[in-house]
Amino acid sequence: MSQNPSFQPQCPLPLASDETIRLAHGGGGRLMQQLIHEIFLEAFSNSYLNALQDSAVLPAQDGRLAMTTDSYVVQPLFFPGGDIGSLAVHGTINDLAMMGASPRYLSAGFILEEGLSIDMLKQVVSSMAKTAQDCGVHIVCGDTKVVDRGKGDQIFINTTGLGVIPQSVDIGPHRLTPGDRIIVSGDLGAHGMAVLSQREGLEFSGNLISDSAPLHGVIADLLNHHVPIHCLRDLTRGGLASALSELATAGPFTMTIEESRIPISEPVRGACEILGLDPLYVANEGRFVMFLPPEDVDEALSILHQHAVSKEAVAIGEIGGTPSTPTQALVTLQTRYGTHRILDLLSGEQLPRIC
Amino acid sequence: MKYLDEFRDSNTVQKLSVAIGQITRHPWTIMEVCGGQTHSIVRYGLDRLLPPGITLIHGPGCPVCVTPIELIDTACELAKLPDVIFCSFGDMLRVPGTHEDLLKVKAQGGDVRIIYSPLDAVAIARANPSRQIVIFAVGFETTAPAQAMAILQAQQLKLQNFFVLVAHVLVPPAMEALLSSPENRVQGFLAAGHVCTIMGYDMYEPISQKYQVPIVVTGFEPVDILEGVKMVVQQLEDGRSIVENQYARSVHRSGNVEAQKVIDEVFEPSSRHWRGIGTIPNSGLALQPAFSQFDALQHFHDCISQTAVTPSPSSECESGRILQGLMKPSDCAAFGTRCTPDHPLGAPMVSSEGACAAYFRYRPSKVTGP
Repeated sequence: MSQNPSFQPQCPLPLASDETIRLAHGGGGRLMQQLIHEIFLEAFSNSYLNALQDSAVLPAQDGRLAMTTDSYVVQPLFFPGGDIGSLAVHGTINDLAMMGASPRYLSAGFILEEGLSIDMLKQVVSSMAKTAQDCGVHIVCGDTKVVDRGKGDQIFINTTGLGVIPQSVDIGPHRLTPGDRIIVSGDLGAHGMAVLSQREGLEFSGNLISDSAPLHGVIADLLNHHVPIHCLRDLTRGGLASALSELATAGPFTMTIEESRIPISEPVRGACEILGLDPLYVANEGRFVMFLPPEDVDEALSILHQHAVSKEAVAIGEIGGTPSTPTQALVTLQTRYGTHRILDLLSGEQLPRIC
Repeated sequence: MKYLDEFRDSNTVQKLSVAIGQITRHPWTIMEVCGGQTHSIVRYGLDRLLPPGITLIHGPGCPVCVTPIELIDTACELAKLPDVIFCSFGDMLRVPGTHEDLLKVKAQGGDVRIIYSPLDAVAIARANPSRQIVIFAVGFETTAPAQAMAILQAQQLKLQNFFVLVAHVLVPPAMEALLSSPENRVQGFLAAGHVCTIMGYDMYEPISQKYQVPIVVTGFEPVDILEGVKMVVQQLEDGRSIVENQYARSVHRSGNVEAQKVIDEVFEPSSRHWRGIGTIPNSGLALQPAFSQFDALQHFHDCISQTAVTPSPSSECESGRILQGLMKPSDCAAFGTRCTPDHPLGAPMVSSEGACAAYFRYRPSKVTGP
């Protein structure tokens, strides 16, 4: 969308919903202009974007900037609890929120596959616009490319996010401290299982609905109440187990969590049992893990419980200390039988088992 | 969750653990046949709830692990063919063949698809009449009925583009092969609950009698497994050896007769090579002659290079001894160092039901627990 503002589109016919994306929609000509104006500007309209300059020019910010980027390639594009558009906003905003940043601006890059229906694109863009508005962020610049049919998968979206970190806030793995308690913000695995079951046409009893949600609101509330958060991590790909494993390695620290305290909904448990997947490794899009001093756990939980997105937050474990040998297991799960098992990074993604 | 929570109840588990301790007077070596049981044992640390004299060894009941390497190579060859859609259960995709695995073939452009039921492959065949669909039929008696149903459906629908690479294996002949080995250490078995759900357990009675070994049909949850162990230990201590059924909520003595009929209609027993173990007579399933039109090996005969000789697996890989229960994964010199899920030397490190993968995931020996 970084086009010469003096150029005026001259295509007389509006884009019909039953049309499909053609290579020409990315070709820099009138069709591309029409796409930009009728779909993207129409939905995302704000003064930074509407200027249509080569770059968005943003006001100076008061504080340190946090910047992050993520690409979204989910299939199916629409799933229970969200779609690729809402996900592309939530995912990037949440990465900013995990640093304590207040999200302000997003970019939006679209890679569209030739043959995609305009109607589907409109639905995704409209969902993205609504989600951004709900989250109080502006989509200030963007880009569109069209690839040959078969060289993409309907829509890929990249969003880059810019946020501002308040002066007093310092959140990150460098602040992890032995004795820190570990809080998880809600039940695990719903997003991954909702998308998987939708994609594969698997029917499970109970509702599998993605947990995709923005997390910056609840984090801001915690910071406003001066809860001394040491570290935050959103539990996306690889789930809780991978996030803890990565943070423990960064220390290095040992961590212990209690299996019986980890919230997992019945539908997710059931679906994971059938497929032989471990919910601790399944992706989430609206869940995070938080580390903080033990004396602040109660206050943090009472604030978390006031937000719909974290109403089931619970303390699940703690950081032990530094490992006594270089090869000691870092993250240990205490089972409900008092035995222990190790949580480590998986080799790749989990694969459903045979029987 | 009903039928799950009561079989994971920690009080019941603790009580069983104490009860096993009370009845155990001698050291005993018990094998759980099924990889699903191995996984449960290692995941929940159940072996650590047993008295020190009781040794659990992990049997060959992981279909992924025992599928011979030449069949994996054939699968990769077929998956590379431009007209072929190759359908497989997820956990076969990472199993190493001689040079590559199915995930690599997929990355290089092969159309490899994960299915959740063999019937998915029938749907894919109907939706893609111009392509040739090959399904990798892997599994024990548990998955054989669904596989047979898919073949019967393909026959009814007169599908000309549906083929099966059969790698089905049978449990009882493998148990007999282990018991008749001069190196055998197994004194009692936890038989595989899911297999017995289909096949029943009357065929174990002659084995139990002939080798004087207790066999207890056992489920997969912590309470099931400890109850199964307790029943085996009780028999061993009493000097009895019969077949008992711990998994009665799922298994009947004669099994699921309808499912057995479907298997018998489509398949017949055949000699089968088990990776790491060797050839065991009548331990596999092959298509009945009436269904030979679905046989991928026949249909694609000219596209498959003849690797009749089993390529030797990595000389360091001890998977054969591990699958026979002669050593534990953590006793292998390569375990966790030169053999990991990222770079598996043998199949038990790949499959979620493989003993090596279970040990690596839940208790790597090169690291120590708390």
